[in-house]
Amino acid sequence: MSVRVGHAAQAPEFPIAAKELVANSQLRRNVRRATDVIQAKRARVVGERPDWQQLRESARQIKQHTLENLDHYLERFEEACTRAGGKVHWARDADEANRIIVGLVQGYGEDEVIKVKTMTSDEICLNPALEAAGITPYETDLADLIVQLGEDRPSHIVVPALHRNRLEIREIFMRKMGLENLGFEPTDLTTAARQYLREKFLRVKVGISGANFAVAETGSICVVESEGNGRMCLSLPRVLISLIGIEKIVPTFQDLEVFLQLLPRSATGERMNPYNSIWTGVTPGDGPEEFHVVLLDNGRTSVLADADTRQTLACIRCGACLNTCPVYRQTGGHAYGSVYGGPIGAILTPQLQSMEHSRSLPYASSLCGACYEVCPVKINIPEVLIQLRARVVREGHSPFSERMAMKGAAFALGDEGRLSLAHALARIAQVPFRHGDHLGGLPGMLGHWTEFRDLPAVPQESFRQWWEKRGKDGPQ
Amino acid sequence: MLISLFIACYNDVLFPQTGKAVVTVLERLGHTVEFRPAQTCCGQMHYNSGYHAEALPLLRRFVETYRDAEVICCPSSSCVSMIREHYPRLARDSGDPALQKEVDAVIGRVYEFSELLVDRLGVTDVGAFYPHTVTFHTSCHALRSLHVGDKPLQLLRAVRGLTLVELPMADQCCGFGGTFAVKNPDVSAAMLSEKIHCIVETRAEVCSGGDNSCLLHIGGGLGRQRTGVQTVHLAEILASTGPAPTGAEGGKA
Repeated sequence: MSVRVGHAAQAPEFPIAAKELVANSQLRRNVRRATDVIQAKRARVVGERPDWQQLRESARQIKQHTLENLDHYLERFEEACTRAGGKVHWARDADEANRIIVGLVQGYGEDEVIKVKTMTSDEICLNPALEAAGITPYETDLADLIVQLGEDRPSHIVVPALHRNRLEIREIFMRKMGLENLGFEPTDLTTAARQYLREKFLRVKVGISGANFAVAETGSICVVESEGNGRMCLSLPRVLISLIGIEKIVPTFQDLEVFLQLLPRSATGERMNPYNSIWTGVTPGDGPEEFHVVLLDNGRTSVLADADTRQTLACIRCGACLNTCPVYRQTGGHAYGSVYGGPIGAILTPQLQSMEHSRSLPYASSLCGACYEVCPVKINIPEVLIQLRARVVREGHSPFSERMAMKGAAFALGDEGRLSLAHALARIAQVPFRHGDHLGGLPGMLGHWTEFRDLPAVPQESFRQWWEKRGKDGPQ
Repeated sequence: MLISLFIACYNDVLFPQTGKAVVTVLERLGHTVEFRPAQTCCGQMHYNSGYHAEALPLLRRFVETYRDAEVICCPSSSCVSMIREHYPRLARDSGDPALQKEVDAVIGRVYEFSELLVDRLGVTDVGAFYPHTVTFHTSCHALRSLHVGDKPLQLLRAVRGLTLVELPMADQCCGFGGTFAVKNPDVSAAMLSEKIHCIVETRAEVCSGGDNSCLLHIGGGLGRQRTGVQTVHLAEILASTGPAPTGAEGGKA
């Protein structure tokens, strides 16, 4: 098995990556501005729905039911999709999925593909696999195009180029599209992208897409987007290949009613996406002549096996948890070392990839709970984070010094006598670090505290000492 | 009413003035207050950091200590959140059905300080005088786990002499997050700097809160930057009746 989540295995630990990103003032400005705008739009359109909480609960239940019966619904999907003229392929892991897709493109004798809305392809590193086989992939979603041309990595699951501002994008376009002149306005940039992409839509014979939902009952696939580039990518090529994580299944067509209300409001703050493409197999004379679905596991069944944390797979990739997260707000997505950033990435990546590689991610959260509050499918991200932290500790991936500190603290808090002794020792130990009423320059882990903040000195008398004395003297 | 205090470990050792203030307020309202010296810590730091085996004995200790308490008051939302939100799960994971029953029996009697005053005792005016401009930071646990809403603000609005100013971006985490602050110091500091910016913008003299953990973090930043803004726990403001600059001692930034 070769389960892989992008380049997560080689990524630096979160605090190390974050240290560098936090120092990048342009990136932080870009991320704050973009997430502020999306959050405000989301709040407005969510507020319009008096039944928002019921919608969330419906979505949670549909997802839970589907995940608990996933084998059944996957087979129903395969039957229905095959009946409608699609071909379904099963991929256990990233390598197998890449082999299948490269094999299909080569089988059609093509050396170019256009791609849209497939973060899953970043998860399996499809582009490098295609390039290694002499096939050129062109990203057609505007943000994905910016990331591809910028030789960059996505920093957000809905808005992958969120960390770039207009000037940076203009610079990338001029360099990579060979433009000598380009205006500064958004319309100048979109016009340049349009000219660059139109020619590819009309020429390239194979399209590769992801999916927002796959309907078991009908074998239909649903992709939502804002630009219409997806619609062209899904309808113009002769061959369409859709790469779909197995958790994207919903049982019935009617279930889309719930998700198509929740997703656009949560993701982009729109009541409805400008483009909603739903297709079923192939239709002669209309759209692609050949349609393939690659159903990807890549670690998902092992996530499913853990009852504590399987709710992670309910995610519909709306990105609301990223936009609201105070940690993501400071770092952007790159700190998470994965195509999946933010709170959902912090719980998904360690479960797909091994904990050994991602042990810092479950700790990349202050557990403030804002993510759970906005999640349209009610994934209790803080709870899953805590369970994953327990797994990090259980499997022995936590730092030695931390384990010792935690055991020491547990001992000291074990009874009131030890706590009083610890208090007495702290009062003595603080003397060299004392500056008036606060402490500075503490050693070890506490040094991470005093690097940025003062720490009050430990007072002479604890509450319990005061209470004891008061008992003797009686209440004043 | 007999009210049993739960003074969390860090309040006991680092912020004794908060516990004293809780005693002052509750006794002023005519209640009898008791402190059970056997109490130590709710286990939140261990539990939230993944050390569940180390958290379990602390849960047991809490349950044993407060088994027969009628009303338990804790001036720390995050400890109450630990008890209310995570104790049932931790007890279940222990595989001890008797412990689960005991946890279920005790958690309904645990109140965060502002909850106790407003919900259980039905008071908002506790007879305090505090002639200062104050802004209030609601901790994430108070906001999203306990849903305290505007209870602390109701209490502050009833304080004579006090001018309450609204904190912008009040629902934003201050970046403390327990061990998060030392495991991710750079991100935590970046979050703190936004919070400090918002507090300073209000021109308040004092930033109050219901959790000394957040206030430890915020106060540490306000102090490091020599802003001159102090952090004072809600209980200390409510305990104040005289013209002393910050009510109780300490909390100076």
